Amino acid sequence: MIEGKILKVSGPLVIAEGMREANMFDVVRVGEKRLIGEIIEMHGDRASIQVYEETAGIGRGDKVVSTGAPLSVELGPGLITNIYDGIQRPLEAMREKCGANITKGIDEPALDRTKRWHFVPALKFGDTVEAGDVYGTVQETEVLVHKIMVPPGKKGTVVDLREGEYRITDRIGKIKLEDGTIEEITLMQKWPVRVSRPYAQKLPPVEPMISGQRVIDALFPIAKGGTACVPGPFGSGKTVVQHQLAKWSDVDLVVYIGCGERGNEMTDVLREFPELQDPRTGKSLMMRTVLIANTSDMPVAAREASIYTGITIAEYYRDMGYSVAVIADSTSRWAEALREMSGRLEEMPGEEGYPAYLTSRLAQFYERAGKVICLGSDGREGALSAIGAVSPQGGDISEPVTQATLRIVKVFWGLDASLAYRRHFPAINWLNSYSLYRDRLSDWFRDNVSKSWMDNTARLLKTLQIENDLQEIVKLVGVDALSAEDRMTLELAQSIREDFLQQNAFEDTDSFTELDKQNALIELIFSFGDKANKAIATGADIQSVSELPVRERIGRAKAIPYESYKTEYAKIDAEITEQLDALTAKAAADADFI
Amino acid sequence: MIREYKTIEEVAGPLMLVKQVDGVKYDELGEIELPNGDVRRCRVLEVNGRNVLVQLFESSAGLNLAESKVRFLGHGVELGVSPNMLGRVFNGMGEPIDGGAKLIPEKSLDINGTPINPAARFYPSEFIQTGISTIDGLNTLVRGQKLPIFSGSGLPHANLAAQIARQAKVRGKDEKFAVVFAAVGITFEEADFFISDFKKTGAIDRTVLFINLASDAAIERISTPRMALTAAEYLAFECDMHVLVIITDITNYAEALREVSAARKEVPGRRGYPGYLYTDLATMYERAGRKMGSEGSITMIPILTMPEDDKTHPIPDLTGYITEGQIILSRDMYRKGYLPPVDVLPSLSRLKDKGIGEGKTREDHAGTMNQLFSSYARGKEAKELMVVLGEAALTPMDRLYAKFADAFEEKYINQGFNENRTIEETLDLGWELLSILPKSEMKRIKPEMVEKYWKK
Repeated sequence: MIEGKILKVSGPLVIAEGMREANMFDVVRVGEKRLIGEIIEMHGDRASIQVYEETAGIGRGDKVVSTGAPLSVELGPGLITNIYDGIQRPLEAMREKCGANITKGIDEPALDRTKRWHFVPALKFGDTVEAGDVYGTVQETEVLVHKIMVPPGKKGTVVDLREGEYRITDRIGKIKLEDGTIEEITLMQKWPVRVSRPYAQKLPPVEPMISGQRVIDALFPIAKGGTACVPGPFGSGKTVVQHQLAKWSDVDLVVYIGCGERGNEMTDVLREFPELQDPRTGKSLMMRTVLIANTSDMPVAAREASIYTGITIAEYYRDMGYSVAVIADSTSRWAEALREMSGRLEEMPGEEGYPAYLTSRLAQFYERAGKVICLGSDGREGALSAIGAVSPQGGDISEPVTQATLRIVKVFWGLDASLAYRRHFPAINWLNSYSLYRDRLSDWFRDNVSKSWMDNTARLLKTLQIENDLQEIVKLVGVDALSAEDRMTLELAQSIREDFLQQNAFEDTDSFTELDKQNALIELIFSFGDKANKAIATGADIQSVSELPVRERIGRAKAIPYESYKTEYAKIDAEITEQLDALTAKAAADADFI
Repeated sequence: MIREYKTIEEVAGPLMLVKQVDGVKYDELGEIELPNGDVRRCRVLEVNGRNVLVQLFESSAGLNLAESKVRFLGHGVELGVSPNMLGRVFNGMGEPIDGGAKLIPEKSLDINGTPINPAARFYPSEFIQTGISTIDGLNTLVRGQKLPIFSGSGLPHANLAAQIARQAKVRGKDEKFAVVFAAVGITFEEADFFISDFKKTGAIDRTVLFINLASDAAIERISTPRMALTAAEYLAFECDMHVLVIITDITNYAEALREVSAARKEVPGRRGYPGYLYTDLATMYERAGRKMGSEGSITMIPILTMPEDDKTHPIPDLTGYITEGQIILSRDMYRKGYLPPVDVLPSLSRLKDKGIGEGKTREDHAGTMNQLFSSYARGKEAKELMVVLGEAALTPMDRLYAKFADAFEEKYINQGFNENRTIEETLDLGWELLSILPKSEMKRIKPEMVEKYWKK
């Protein structure tokens, strides 16, 4: 046991002497209250320690004890549906133990030590196993089977393995390692958070992560195993976008990291998700969610750790062969935590005071995402997608965190305050957002949705781009100066914006849209555009076209339930034809009259 | 054991270095005794070996390195609290200044508070009727929310805050209600406006005031809002009251924080404000809310003046990232004479969706709110276009929208500081204004609702 004494205390940074024997990144306990900290620098026998709890009341001469192990998370059944703080302490259990506020120095194991799980072995006596092989399974929640795996680096023969009801620290069996030693197996393993969990091979992502959000799926899709960022000023709807992704993405597990954000937002997830139904399984969404909460009033050092805690848990489930999404809100707060520690360590600052290693740390985080072949002899595939919100100061995306993020991630959903003011939600700006996965995913969309998908969505983007150009002209000389055809393009673009891109997260029938319905909706809008263009060419007047009653029906088409959308859309399409025909006929009659 | 030290080595701005000190803890409260017997307070900012860096809470005038004595009290900065605080006036350090008797505290609480466990929060969802259409109808306030007012110098934010304090109520309920008011570096006149308004309406008996005026030591401003929040937490979570906290002006607070940071020679973030401004503000704002095991709640309305009306300035910007929305006041609207001059489009209440609808306000609330927003936005765009190109260049539909925008500003926004509208009046007014537009434009409202409420 290495024990040192405190020399200096400055906010979350503590310097202790007598620590020569300690390892870098070891977890230490600080002071009488045994606050949790981590060694981040060594100078001779002096260790700089970042403390994950409030340091008020700590002084010179207080004891620092090294635990001899790096910051690790407990991995095993019981993670799902739980809410943890940045260093994986269970908040629900802490509430029961010490009330509504978080007091210092609480020691509470991450996984419930008393709960019993039913373990079903998948292997038998004498089977040889290697790292990643599945010993057996535990039904963790109604929708997710937890696979108990051989930890990385282990290889041997099963000498004992029994079905039964176990607590997570109970021995479920034994293996004989290659060197002849016998190792006991439990349901739980530990893993250091700053080390990424190994896999066999990384694969290119080729399958989309379907979010049910029309602007994302149709225009800027993200792949399973991909990375995305959502920058936007406050009030532009970052959190709603993140919540929508957490709710509706077609993944097996979501790890939601609330990093330096509002306490009420985490409470919202915690209270709302159990009530919501996953459209794919029909079960509660909480059954596939793990929450990590370091709210903005919690100690800042734990904010730095929360991102790693979250992604390590996500990697663990990826290793079981699941598709997992990590949603981090917001990486800017994490970067600020880095900046604060860097300032206290008196490091030379980079841009805007952020440390010079900001970019490489961000890259390391996002690089832990990906589609992989997992360890284990069955060659199962898992995917880990990472989506990070960025909160640029003043909404100015030229600031260092946004720029560093953009160099790494492949999808950029740029939120726009002016869209939000108009209550156009999700306020993703279609002109500057991008997805580098679009082409790579095209085959999947062609095979699984429709052959027309890629052309339709490309045409959406093109129409919106043309609208932007035309708007420049309108601003200079007025809408009357445009040709009828151009004015029709404006009408069509408006319809795309209002009837397709806008999506109400708080409306049950609109919150999530299936891909085939999305495609049908695009086709319905274009059907109106094409037919209206024909009508105008044969003499119909643009004003009467834009005021046709059927347009209101198109406007409400997105809220038609999935079960009946096909027949309803066909009806609307028939109305379009009918009303435009009537206009053309009237125009022809008027022309004859003149 | 409390020891006294006469080893003050340096005093510079708000900071002081004391040498050869033993057993002092981080964040501990200290007292400095001046040669003339005055006692000033300070707080430990850094322990470095036997040197201790402290931050003064009051001015350093009269401090003498040779003669002054420092003692450390073994605990952090605390506030003595009791239900008898109601109706009293305190200074920024929590001492009574109304000439009344000294408060006999029931207990002493650390003014920094402790983080609320998110698993123990209740999500705010109870509608508070403020009687102001732009808030009730469009940016609904709910109990436990923190909703700041972003204002500018010379705008009537004080009137708006006083109006909210006067009119706010949860409908159909008669509950214990209190106001905690923290004046942070504002002028006497401004503070006096609030006090006389509270007196006029009789609210003063259920109000606790913490006053740090512009003439008081700037450094005291760092503790003033925390004193107020500690009192609010006590009233809300231990006395089960519903507390409305008004803090004005956050900009002065942030500047005091910058002063300390600059004196410590820390690496500055944007515009010289310390990099931890976000965290620091968050530890205050996040103290609002409702939590398990208590009936009470803290609803917070911080007021800040945006330097140069710039919303991207670090203080409003970081505040906006923490609070649950913002009410923005606009100079243009004020010049037009519309009161309260709320800039509707960039204002926002993030918690509104949980506080409105059937059983809370009325079933048509969500739809009309969205419709009013988008129609007003389109109307304003049309009006801008009209300025450039003239009215003739607008389509007939855009002309209607422009007309709607004018009527909306005139009737809906411009209600004055004395009119108290019920939510039904606000919603009905919304429908009345929407009837300027054709019924087919009501795309944001459910057809059933349009059928039921559309004014013929």
